[in-house]
Amino acid sequence: MRNAMIIDGKDNVAVAIEPISKGDTVTYACDGKDVSLTALEDITIYHKIATRDIAQGEPVVKYGEHIGIASSAIKAGEHVHVHNVEGHRENLEAKE
Amino acid sequence: MTFYGYKRPDGRVGVRNKVLILPASVCASDTTRIIAQQVVGSVTFNNQQGCSQVASDQQLTMDVMAGYAANPNVYGTVVVSLGCENCQMDLVVKAIQERTNKPLKQVIIQEAGGTLKAVDLAVRYAKEMVAEASMLQKEEFPISELIVGTECGGSDPTSGLAANPVIGQMSDLVVAAGGTSILSETTEFIGAEHILARRAATPEVHDRIFEIVHRYEAALRLVGEEVREGNPSPGNKAGGITTLEEKSLGCIHKGGHSPVNAVYDYAKQVEPKQGLVIMDTPGNDPSSVAAMVAGGAQVVVFSSGRGTPTGNPISPVIKITGNKLTFAKMEDNIDFDASPLIYGQRTLEELGDDLLQMVVDTANGKQTKAESLGFTEMAIARVCNYV
Repeated sequence: MRNAMIIDGKDNVAVAIEPISKGDTVTYACDGKDVSLTALEDITIYHKIATRDIAQGEPVVKYGEHIGIASSAIKAGEHVHVHNVEGHRENLEAKE
Repeated sequence: MTFYGYKRPDGRVGVRNKVLILPASVCASDTTRIIAQQVVGSVTFNNQQGCSQVASDQQLTMDVMAGYAANPNVYGTVVVSLGCENCQMDLVVKAIQERTNKPLKQVIIQEAGGTLKAVDLAVRYAKEMVAEASMLQKEEFPISELIVGTECGGSDPTSGLAANPVIGQMSDLVVAAGGTSILSETTEFIGAEHILARRAATPEVHDRIFEIVHRYEAALRLVGEEVREGNPSPGNKAGGITTLEEKSLGCIHKGGHSPVNAVYDYAKQVEPKQGLVIMDTPGNDPSSVAAMVAGGAQVVVFSSGRGTPTGNPISPVIKITGNKLTFAKMEDNIDFDASPLIYGQRTLEELGDDLLQMVVDTANGKQTKAESLGFTEMAIARVCNYV
């Protein structure tokens, strides 16, 4: 049963659409095909889970866009949230 | 794809055929309520502005009034003013005539000799206009004539997962068909403005996207508010939103993946057949919807996680939710269920097609839930306190 979803094919995080417990199989659809991995932590409903390993400093991608930078290495199956992601906004003033 | 609408003398095409009783200020609003109650086929709204405003505030009010009168869902307008307000009758009439050549009548309460005489005069004008409007026959038009406004409010995590992506898919279809889609709510671009700006069709549009965001932030800073601080809120974070970029991306997904071709200031008249455009509006729903309708949007599509009632006096507002519990609980208010996207029962493409079909059905006359309830609440954006 699918218990997570990705929004864009480029995303490296999925969103839990059911509460997920550590050790559960996480299944989401990608291009119509089911993809599965194992949750390494509990994931609250609507929170994010890494669908692949994300190195420290690498962008976290949701909606096909960068939503922040991994502040530490994240393993596939780990919870992705404020503890391991930092917002990374370009310097707007410098753009002008 | 086509729809049946009403051709207006200014060349635009409406999907409703209303006579607008337009209050030029708060002092005319109770009078227009009484007038509209006497005339089946007419509509009015509660205008809380129109006097004692700084110039920039008065401009917002004037643009909403002129835009409402010019919206092609309106056959003609009876403007009612008190007489001494800052939004003087001649200014309102001039602003309307700069946008449209549709039928227009004027009633000034202080000149007519008080409320009852003004009501008598305006009711007779409005009844005549409704009779003329009722003679119009619908004609078939391509959906490139549609300007669709998009909005989100009462959001929850399902808005970013399902409802807004489905609106984005519908928006891309409208754009591909040669129509116009308006992405609104500048406050909700903040944090993702650089991503939005990358989609600008020209360097001018790119710079304008940064400009409207910076201008909005500067206006809020004047009263000590810093949008980027404390955002996403603790509630957002508990719900799974990690960064401001992520929160804003959920909102701007309503604009799909099309390039941004233009940026319009609040309530300014939007040209048809423009593709995806942005309008600088607040996150506040009734005032953002009002601005897009003033811009000429004949239909508005509005996503809500919690389920909100918002309607509009001029244009139908279609409600969509990605939350299956909200759809079940708020069925009287919500028109479209996008939750099958989350559970994999339907694809984004299928739901986007369905939503476009609902937009076309609504254009053809299908009543939205908000219309069936007679909801016409609206607001006009404001810069500062009254003077």
